[in-house]
Amino acid sequence: MTVKLGVPSKGRLMEKTFDWFGERGVTLSRTGSEREYSGKVDGVDGVQLVLLSAGEIPRELAAGRLHLGVTGTDLVREKLVQWDQQVEEMAALGFGFADLIVAVPSCWVDVDCLDDLDAAASAFRAEHGHRLRIATKYHRLVRDYLRAGGVADYQLVDSQGATEGTVKNLTAEAIADITSTGETLRANHLKILGDGPILRSQATLFRSRKAQKAVAERAALKQLLDKLGL
Amino acid sequence: MSVPSSVTRAEAARLLALFEQAGAQRVDCGILQPAEVLLDLYGEDIRGRAYVTQDPSRGEQMLRPDFTVPVVQMHMTGGAEPARYTYAGEVFRRQEDHPERENEYIQVGYEVFDRVDPDAADAEVFALFHTALAPLGLHPATGDIGILMAAVEGLDTSARRRAALMRHIWRPRRFRALLDRFAGRSPVPASRAALLRAEDALADAGPMIGLRSPAEISARIEALREDAQDRPLSEAQVAALDAVLAVRETCPFALERLRDIAVDLPAISGALDRFARRIDALDKRGIDIEHLDFEASYGRTSMEYYDGFVFGFYAAGRPDLPPVATGGRYDALTRRLGNGAEIPAVGGVIRAGLIEILGGGQ
Repeated sequence: MTVKLGVPSKGRLMEKTFDWFGERGVTLSRTGSEREYSGKVDGVDGVQLVLLSAGEIPRELAAGRLHLGVTGTDLVREKLVQWDQQVEEMAALGFGFADLIVAVPSCWVDVDCLDDLDAAASAFRAEHGHRLRIATKYHRLVRDYLRAGGVADYQLVDSQGATEGTVKNLTAEAIADITSTGETLRANHLKILGDGPILRSQATLFRSRKAQKAVAERAALKQLLDKLGL
Repeated sequence: MSVPSSVTRAEAARLLALFEQAGAQRVDCGILQPAEVLLDLYGEDIRGRAYVTQDPSRGEQMLRPDFTVPVVQMHMTGGAEPARYTYAGEVFRRQEDHPERENEYIQVGYEVFDRVDPDAADAEVFALFHTALAPLGLHPATGDIGILMAAVEGLDTSARRRAALMRHIWRPRRFRALLDRFAGRSPVPASRAALLRAEDALADAGPMIGLRSPAEISARIEALREDAQDRPLSEAQVAALDAVLAVRETCPFALERLRDIAVDLPAISGALDRFARRIDALDKRGIDIEHLDFEASYGRTSMEYYDGFVFGFYAAGRPDLPPVATGGRYDALTRRLGNGAEIPAVGGVIRAGLIEILGGGQ
């Protein structure tokens, strides 16, 4: 058996993860054709690279099928109940920065904070007969945040992509999504509420608290973490 | 999670029989409930607490998180008056914050729909639960959301501000923030000040998108301008409200304390008369009111549909356990679900499984 390291299978997140490990003497690379999801690890023994979607890495860590995994803190906190009992943050990797925020139409000049959002939601519900809709894919994080903030008369509607377009398309009144530069929000005539983000996220190396480790895996894991300086 | 044991089921049957003896008619309701009604009542929070499932033909369904709502619906569509109902069955609750707690457990309930003497009905339900649970030596807690609502209703401030506070009675943090704002204790944010000063606030608003119309935005700005002209809520009124919220005594002392506060907040007098009548009714039913605790803030965080008397029974020395029984008055819920009709209603539920854990039952 080997230590399984999960890394996002695509794009910049994968490349930057490869760079981060490479700088520490652990070379991750893809093998086979451009489209094949297989990879290898050089510079340390007994470690297997598993390429998979960043969104699935939290679940695989919690199930103990990965020993280590790189994914966003937003995904870990959204998908894992009591996340800190299931995984441990080993290192913030310094890229993949994104804030989970609540945004409303820029034309809502009367809404700048949660207090305003709550008051607007109350009036909206009375006027339209349904709760103010907030489009998001981060249901748990957003619900917890709005409950803690004492916001009522809203409902979450699921949006798995192009969330910024939902307001213009009249399927939601506001959104909660991740943003790094805010450009897409501005292009869609949305503004961020001023209370500060729900969560600041970045790519992070997590260790599973559930994964079983025999003697050989313990040794390989220690060797890998030593090499990474963790 | 564990399936209710035979001991728990026997205990549920015992309670059900006890409640039938007390005059209740046995009723049942579906495990799957249409989610729409519950979502409309409780809002998004219920999704975090209940199991919602999708049915392409019937829409979203919910595994019943309680019996009260379906029982009220049943009564409001043709129940005879007065009515007493009892039921026993599983309810289902997600436990994200307490994974060690059961997500499926048996509730046995008793609900009273009776116009004649609501205070006597409050006492009837409490005394019945008190008797049913007596061997366990539980600690009873009581409160009255009605007193708090009367206090808010009686504040010397605009109707809009009173409505905003009333809407957040069950969210203490937001309630406090609003109170601070209305009392002029929290500073006006710069963005708000600029908005109120602006000649035409919508001039630089950019493209109008979404369902919320420019008229709705203007209406809120107008409301904010009017609100800014209102004089702040007086320190004396805030202090009186805080004093109400802080009352935590045995019933007779709580009543005395609240009567003192009513000198500055006379609007609560009617609610206090009801409290006094309830204490008498409890006394008549043999409850030791001299030692019965009363807490004015009790029930503010977890019992959103209660609007009067509230109570709970707790196992002393077991803070890890949820209350063994909870209940209260929910007149407003009958109004919400009654399509114009309404009836005073009070009731409660016992968690039969906890009785077994505490060494009770047969």
